[in-house]
Amino acid sequence: MKMPIVRSDLNCMRSLVTVLAAAVVLAVCGCSRSKESSKTVIQNTGSDTMVNIAQAWAEEYARIEPAVSVEVSGGGSGTGIAALINNTVDIANCSRRVEPLEIAAAKKNTGKEPREFLVGFDALAVYVNKKNPLEEITIEQLAGIYGEGGKITKWSQIGVKQPEGGDEIIRISRQSNSGTYAYFRETILGKGRDFKLGSRDMHGSKDVVELVTKTPTAIGYSGMGYATPNVKMLRVSKKGGQPAWAPNVENTLNHTYPISRPLFMYTLGEPSGAVKKYLEWVNSDAGQQIVVRSGYVPLPKGAAQP
Amino acid sequence: MIELVIRLCGISAILFVFGIFFFVFREGAGFLFGGLNLREFLTSPEWYPTSERHVRYGVLALIAGTASVTVLAMLLAVPFGIGAAIFVSEFCGNRLRETLKITIELLAAIPSVVWGFIGLTVMNPIIMEVFHVPIGLNVLNGGIILALMSVPIIVSIGEDALKAVPDSYREAALALGVTRWQLVYRVLLPAAKNGLLAAVLLGVGRAVGETMAVLMATGHSVNIPTSVMDSVRTLTATIAAELGEAPAHSPHYQVLFIIGVLLFTITFVINLTADLIVRGVRGR
Repeated sequence: MKMPIVRSDLNCMRSLVTVLAAAVVLAVCGCSRSKESSKTVIQNTGSDTMVNIAQAWAEEYARIEPAVSVEVSGGGSGTGIAALINNTVDIANCSRRVEPLEIAAAKKNTGKEPREFLVGFDALAVYVNKKNPLEEITIEQLAGIYGEGGKITKWSQIGVKQPEGGDEIIRISRQSNSGTYAYFRETILGKGRDFKLGSRDMHGSKDVVELVTKTPTAIGYSGMGYATPNVKMLRVSKKGGQPAWAPNVENTLNHTYPISRPLFMYTLGEPSGAVKKYLEWVNSDAGQQIVVRSGYVPLPKGAAQP
Repeated sequence: MIELVIRLCGISAILFVFGIFFFVFREGAGFLFGGLNLREFLTSPEWYPTSERHVRYGVLALIAGTASVTVLAMLLAVPFGIGAAIFVSEFCGNRLRETLKITIELLAAIPSVVWGFIGLTVMNPIIMEVFHVPIGLNVLNGGIILALMSVPIIVSIGEDALKAVPDSYREAALALGVTRWQLVYRVLLPAAKNGLLAAVLLGVGRAVGETMAVLMATGHSVNIPTSVMDSVRTLTATIAAELGEAPAHSPHYQVLFIIGVLLFTITFVINLTADLIVRGVRGR
């Protein structure tokens, strides 16, 4: 009884020493790095949906403006806004509009209001496995599958026969505070309606697509930028009998695709200096080309903000 | 001087435990005493922390998730772990013992996110294939991963407990003409009971508290399981997944801290029971 405890204490000490050593090494590295470069660093955090595109912008911008480095991280729209409220980031990425409560919190904490920049659009795609014969789906059916009290739990209920057997619909959703989750809830289930419990809640846009790829009877939703050749995106119609539209740039811009949303970047108050220049570049033709390349929908020509 | 330092180290452990409990409790206390319906919290399976219509904080399904995965993990890990401890301590030669111990300790050093990844990418398709279920992220997957994670702890500590049984016991038993099996079953296991129990409970603690691996391997689905093929969500995984984005000091944020207090209480009760059992055994 005594022996093991002494031993685990020793192990603890050992790992503590290792951690300390690692910390020292990191600190030294950190110092030397910041000494050699006098780069302006823009901190950019937020929406998981926008991580890919924000990273692409940052990489391209590093080529054009080597003196500025944009550091991108994800975590979710809420995380980005929370960081903005705490004044720890320069730009917050957000795949929904900032909420009045958050604006109030930012004002209280920093004295400034978040300033909004529309930077592009995202079409939320509904993904199914490649082997699934389904090609299109209505919003009503989606609500029946995902919504609280919805009656659809089997593929046969919407007339689909799975080629490899298995009739149960495996619903894949997102963790309850992601921007994608909130947007899907609002547009598909309708205001105030909740999700049916028991969905598999993934912790990132990519994980949803990944799991649908591996699960023949699954259905999931995620930004269309996360599509891979191994999954199928469904065409979506508002109601049975109405035409269904594929999630693509054209259908998003002319508003026929029913589940698309704006993507925002927020700064605290009016941006200035490097941040302002960066945001201007993001909304320029060069910046918007990257939106297209990342699989999202650019701003319509001439709609760029001042 | 050295004595003082050692004493400080010992006391600091207690301080840290109380400190952690205090801070976790303080974050959640405001809502625990003002607003949270404790009955709904403990008995409702409906977890809707961000609902716009009717926010519900019921953690019954999450408790069921944690319990189911832990029980399954222990059903798998305890026989293997104790068996391996007996083998390593009593039956194998020196060379093999060293190799086994190093391997087992290596197993303990694998980060939990790597285990989770194995659950997600390796176990998932295997379970789908073998059991013909639509998805392999379920109690079974999480249980197997957790069992693999707790076996090294059970083996290490269990082996130490068996080693701590004085050799005179073995010599006396062998002198009476017992077989090796009788030696293990009638002499060593009763003598090392306390240590082995501690080993198992440390394994349980590991399983209850594990976060990343179960987050990835269980499917993360709010659901009271009726079979090992059901997806579940655990208390720890819920905290990990939602705390990052819950607005600070909102009710949702505070509820997550209350879940932390709940977890703390669960592990405390487990450890206390273990302690009482050990004492009871000793007293007899």
